[in-house]
Amino acid sequence: MKHWIFGLGLFAVIALPACVTINIYFPAAAAEKAADKIIDEVWQLKDEQSGAQPQPADTPANPAE
Amino acid sequence: MYKQIWMLLLSAILMVSSMQQVHAAPDLEANTPVISAIKTSMQARHAQLQTHYSAGAVGLTQDGFIAVKDASAVPLSQRGGLAGLVKDENADRARLYKEIATANGHPEWQGEIQSTFAGRWIDKAQAGWFYQSAGAWVKK
Repeated sequence: MKHWIFGLGLFAVIALPACVTINIYFPAAAAEKAADKIIDEVWQLKDEQSGAQPQPADTPANPAE
Repeated sequence: MYKQIWMLLLSAILMVSSMQQVHAAPDLEANTPVISAIKTSMQARHAQLQTHYSAGAVGLTQDGFIAVKDASAVPLSQRGGLAGLVKDENADRARLYKEIATANGHPEWQGEIQSTFAGRWIDKAQAGWFYQSAGAWVKK
């Protein structure tokens, strides 16, 4: 019985700080990705649907122009 | 008995560490109606701003905003509206950074989101545009 309590206590000690760190961590990579997407849209740098490399040449599936 | 406890503990540790991995690559929500509205507004304004960037009249600041660099680069007829244009753009940008932070349930991330954007605006700027670096204007 005591061992179970000990195990549970240890689990809580390990799990709790892990959860706290998850919540305060700033997702820098995701933020950059989101920023890139918004900037591309605002500055109209590339076609939203293609999403691939910006190619100046005519792309086949491009409804614009 | 001991073996059971240790197995349980081990699986618990494994579970926690796998949870951390899942949370280590989260996505940032940036698609609320408010964000869309700000983007549309900025997109419309960009048509006007683009010529000012190219002319060197307006440049990108280090903190994710824009500023008038050289008003004399703008034709007299448009010069009056320049300050207002910059002011409106910066208001939209401030709202954008704040909205992304709050939409993700972390208003305290606003500063970090702003500095992320600051770097990305400059990275994606066209050649010939000006940006601020260590307080000085630099031509890209």
